[in-house]
Amino acid sequence: MPAVSKGDGMRGLAVFISDIRNCKSKEAEIKRINKELANIRSKFKGDKALDGYSKKKYVCKLLFIFLLGHDIDFGHMEAVNLLSSNKYTEKQIGYLFISVLVNSNSELIRLINNAIKNDLSSRNPTFMCLALHCIANVGSREMAEAFASEIPRILVAGDTMDSVKQSAALCLLRLYKTSPDLVLMGEWTSRVVHLLNDQHMGVVTAAISLITCLSQKNPDEFKTCVSLAVSRLSRIVSSASTDLQDYTYYFVPAPWLSCKLLRLLQCYPPPEDGAVKGRLVECLETILNKAQEPPKSKKVQHSNAKNAILFEAISLIIHYDSEPNLLVRACNQLGQFLQHRETNLRYLALESMCTLASSEFSHEAVKTHIETVINALKTERDVSVRQRAADLLYAMCDRSNAKQIVAEMLSYLETADYSIREEMVLKVAILAEKYAVDYSWYVDTILNLIRIAGDYVSEEVWYRVIQIVINRDDVQGYAAKTVFEALQAPACHENMVKVGGYILGEFGNLIAGDPRSSPLVQFNLLHSKFHLCSVPTRALLLSAYIKFINLFPETKATIQEVLRCDSQIRNSDVELQQRAVEYLKLSSIASTDVLATVLEEMPPFPERESSILAKLKKKKGPGAVSVPELDDSKREGGELNGGGDRGPDTAGMSASNASTPSPSADLLGIRSAAPIGAAPASAGSLLVDVFSEAGPAAPSAAVNDDGFLSSAPPSEDPAPPLPEADDLLNKFVCKNNGVLFENQLLQIGIKSEYRQNLGRMYLFYGNKTSAQFASFTTTVSCPGELQQPQLNVQTKPVEPLVEGGAQIQQVLNIECITDFSEAPLMNIKFRYGGALQNLTLKLPVTINKFFQPTEMTSHDFFSRWKQLSQPQQEAQKIFKASHGMDTEVLKAKLLGLGSALLDNVDPNPENYVCAGVIQTKGQQVGCLLRLEPNAQAQMYRLTLRSSKDTVSKRLCELLAEQF
Amino acid sequence: MIGGLFIYNHKGEVLISRVYRDDIGRNAVDAFRVNVIHARQQVRSPVTNIARTSFFHVKRSNIWLAAATKQNVNATMVFEFLYKMCDVMAAYFGKISEENVKNNFVLIYELLDEILDFGYPQNSETGALKTFITQQGIKSASKEEQSQITSQVTGQIGWRREGIKYRRNELFLDVLESVNLLMSPQGQVLSAHVSGRVVMKSYLSGMPECKFGMNDKIVIDKQGKGGKEDDGAKSGKQSIAIDDCTFHQCVRLSKFDSERSISFIPPDGDYELMRYRTTKDIILPFRVIPLVREVGRTKLEVKVVIKSNFKSSLLAQKIEVRIPTPLNTSGVQLICMKGKAKYKASENAIVWKIKRMAGMKESQISAEIELMTTNDKKKWARPPISMNFEVPFAPSGLKVRYLKVFEPKLNYSDHDVIKWVRYIGRSGIYETRC
Repeated sequence: MPAVSKGDGMRGLAVFISDIRNCKSKEAEIKRINKELANIRSKFKGDKALDGYSKKKYVCKLLFIFLLGHDIDFGHMEAVNLLSSNKYTEKQIGYLFISVLVNSNSELIRLINNAIKNDLSSRNPTFMCLALHCIANVGSREMAEAFASEIPRILVAGDTMDSVKQSAALCLLRLYKTSPDLVLMGEWTSRVVHLLNDQHMGVVTAAISLITCLSQKNPDEFKTCVSLAVSRLSRIVSSASTDLQDYTYYFVPAPWLSCKLLRLLQCYPPPEDGAVKGRLVECLETILNKAQEPPKSKKVQHSNAKNAILFEAISLIIHYDSEPNLLVRACNQLGQFLQHRETNLRYLALESMCTLASSEFSHEAVKTHIETVINALKTERDVSVRQRAADLLYAMCDRSNAKQIVAEMLSYLETADYSIREEMVLKVAILAEKYAVDYSWYVDTILNLIRIAGDYVSEEVWYRVIQIVINRDDVQGYAAKTVFEALQAPACHENMVKVGGYILGEFGNLIAGDPRSSPLVQFNLLHSKFHLCSVPTRALLLSAYIKFINLFPETKATIQEVLRCDSQIRNSDVELQQRAVEYLKLSSIASTDVLATVLEEMPPFPERESSILAKLKKKKGPGAVSVPELDDSKREGGELNGGGDRGPDTAGMSASNASTPSPSADLLGIRSAAPIGAAPASAGSLLVDVFSEAGPAAPSAAVNDDGFLSSAPPSEDPAPPLPEADDLLNKFVCKNNGVLFENQLLQIGIKSEYRQNLGRMYLFYGNKTSAQFASFTTTVSCPGELQQPQLNVQTKPVEPLVEGGAQIQQVLNIECITDFSEAPLMNIKFRYGGALQNLTLKLPVTINKFFQPTEMTSHDFFSRWKQLSQPQQEAQKIFKASHGMDTEVLKAKLLGLGSALLDNVDPNPENYVCAGVIQTKGQQVGCLLRLEPNAQAQMYRLTLRSSKDTVSKRLCELLAEQF
Repeated sequence: MIGGLFIYNHKGEVLISRVYRDDIGRNAVDAFRVNVIHARQQVRSPVTNIARTSFFHVKRSNIWLAAATKQNVNATMVFEFLYKMCDVMAAYFGKISEENVKNNFVLIYELLDEILDFGYPQNSETGALKTFITQQGIKSASKEEQSQITSQVTGQIGWRREGIKYRRNELFLDVLESVNLLMSPQGQVLSAHVSGRVVMKSYLSGMPECKFGMNDKIVIDKQGKGGKEDDGAKSGKQSIAIDDCTFHQCVRLSKFDSERSISFIPPDGDYELMRYRTTKDIILPFRVIPLVREVGRTKLEVKVVIKSNFKSSLLAQKIEVRIPTPLNTSGVQLICMKGKAKYKASENAIVWKIKRMAGMKESQISAEIELMTTNDKKKWARPPISMNFEVPFAPSGLKVRYLKVFEPKLNYSDHDVIKWVRYIGRSGIYETRC
């Protein structure tokens, strides 16, 4: 409500409002409002014209009724009439009504626009301001269309009053935010930028908001604002607190303006001009110096204003990241704040330090505050501050202080707030692995972690510790000892039992020498936990028991007894029951040799997902994979049991198993496929075979494919290509589309087409998780000789954010300059849940993609074949068939290669002959191919002849992998 | 079953809160207040489901009564109980108002303990309740009295105690009916029904056996068949068809089922003997003839004629015709011959009041309504014209044929009882579309 002068007081309005306030019930209020509405209607309808005062009063009442939540469907006309009044109060009420009530599609908009136009062109600054405020408040597209061109003119006109300029700048900002396409700065740009030099601080403050917003969209056009902003800033910073009079806030000169200036500067890189830069550095130094001065006032407003500028300055320093001196000073300043009384300041200091820690200049300086931060983590009362402290510790961690930080975080975990525990656990796990020099320390840490916060340890963490233990011979004994000790605790977490079961199952023999941890003691210890565990853990423990039988034959009887007892062999859970039955049989039927082979120690995990698994997963999940193999086992079962009285049973069991892959992680999973394959076909092999599928593919995939940790050594450099990248590459030699890569987080699909020496490749990145991938980037690099250049790959940038479950597409344009043998590398980086994921793949671009098929007769073929008879032009390879020698499959592969498959050319119909031309930018290389299969020996002879020796060689290498 | 019962004042402040079951938490009280009493849009449904709790509410003047439950209860049972609760409270302390509730809150809790047990409704007969819940202080009842109360409450006739004695045996019987109507502008009846009640007040000594007879079509037809043919045809005209009826618990239903006779031992004092509903052959006391003419966009001419349609010797009272006006009315001029008419802006209606009107008469009002043009394109919905009145006969045609009293033990006969019978017909929702 407007401040009303005495003669202008709207008594009727006051009475009406007090009536409404006094209403006892909603009904009474509605009645009162109906009455008032009828009264206003009769007044507006009445024959004699209303004077401005009554009009204003009734419009006010209508507005009040509207604000109470009732519909108003009349009175707009009267409000518009008020706009043309010359009295300030009447005009103001008119504008108020319109900005609250008029919707954009009203017919009245034309009249309103007219009135606004009149006010804008009037010389009266208050009227102009009212009009500008109305435009900004309504902010509709129609308004923007009508006035977007008018307002910049007012803004930069020389004779406009300062207050109007302020309003105009803010109004323009609002219009720009609602409809940016309509606000075209064009020729006004430089004059708007020069508003930074305006005498009036208010105008500068308003203008800088506008400029910041505009320059975020078109940084280049507003580049000139940097130097102006710097000079403005330096004038404010160097001014005495009394210079700016109205704009001094508790002895701080123009704090809002300073903050906005600093924020504007954060939109740009450091100024290139030395003088400007020097001045800016000077300013920043002054700001830092001022922070050291004793406060001029004890009021909290004074320190707030001062600190606001300081923090803005520090974030500018961090943004520039180029002034070591300033960075260190900023860091020291923040260090002081870390011990400040104000919780908010401590929070802000920790937050800013987090960003500082990532800068190479200030990393060391940040590290000096480690004690304070640790202290903050322990003693802070506010959980959000503790969270920041944990973040900062994580950010400042490196090899030198990892042990200390991890230890502190671990000890804090015991008392940590539940809301941040899970995050803390992940951080500890990441740090422990990243900076582990000594793997026994790593094992200790993770086991401690499980002990302290078992509930918050995700599967990936304990998978990882097992992988590391298995891959590192030197820690195995230590790990076994440690888990054995950890399991002694009367109550231990299930995750601990899992790790314990796995490790003792594998390496229990390493500590069996000690009578205190003799095999039977180990077994009893594990078994004492058995009944308290969930089904997946029990399944894992059962596998550990069978491994015990292998490791310690003396435990065989005890374990068989356990397996034979009803609670195992008749367990209601299919998985447990099956394991019990099978392990029992296995242990009683198989000879020790077989047992030793089957239950051999786990082979070391490859650093990444193994190729077997990758293959398995590409065939759409474990269910699909096991079906053909199942058939084999059925057949085999039938043969071995001569009539198959037990065969169907077993097969049925394994079928049920395959269809319901158990969620447990398995020791005897697919991983041990190699030893099983080598096992002799004895009676036991039936069971062994069953195991090989029974070992659920999905869970063992889970063990190895710990999408969280292993595939992401969290460093910024591109990771070395995956070990299976070559396999992946070979898969795509004869086809253009398919799934290139898949792990728990990400799936990469590929679709490509080639014509002559050009190719286009579509990559589809699918986020398999429900969380977002942040800062998703892909880079294609051409290693080694490819750079010369042999291949030209152009990529289009991808969206940095991939939502959970979403898929994004990237297009690659490929040009073959000359023949090549290496494949380009594709590096993918993204953040998943804060952790950096980094993986490198080989792009399936091979020389044969640029084949053009050539049809020719037998005569032509052999005449050319003879022409290319120089020894270096020919490449030949004799190799064993790794797949079946099915004619159709071979034909399909050869066609997929890209060359023409020529029928009736070779005198021997068994042989395959192909011809084609490889198109590069510079030249064309003709290629002839001959593949001679020998069915008896399961061998192939592959001969390639081309006009270029490197091409023949490379093609020969590529093709030999295919058959 | 009812989980809890709350009484609020018009502001939503809790006056009475009684929770009977654990599944209703303390927050249920607030949930109802926030979602119903203080709701932005007025809640019109009497049943509201909030967070798996059902609230049944009735409003009496400014007081809200709400029953809450988490179970799937019989909704009509709950409402019946709430209405009964209102009756009981009214019988104890008169009008249900905030002040009365506050002044009698101990009594109300006492009543709530008695008439609801673990959410199951118990005896809510005022007469019976008054014997052991009194507003006077604690009167230590003698052993005999206590056992008498116990035997009465648990006995066969829980609604009447023994040993009542009056010098004058009197009986009052009121037939109260409300007639509901919806009529088209052309005078076609779209729907009409009468819901009636037979309310009695008895001051009789001892344990009298009463028998009540009315012109129920089934009874008359049966008698007609048994007796003279021509008589049955004659009385058939005057008999009425009752669609459905419910009785006070004192009525012997077995006898009603077999003989269709209503016999009962009456409670002492006020009670409602029966409720019924009829839909056929209703006498409509008034006919409303509306005439609405729109003159351009800014003017509306309305003429309403009412005709009384009953014996000219009878007088209708408290007649009120309510003519809704459009929402953009800016002025109204009224001319009426009889009674007083006024435009009530707060209710968006013209209210025309006539104190008395004899049968077979007619009267009219004409109004000129000025409208204001608005930018709202919605057309006026033309709500129906409604009417209120009171007539001294039963619009359903119900007649009391006899009411006999037998008291075998005491020496007074049917003739010694003074009986009073009264008929009142009121308007329910009596609307005519225009």
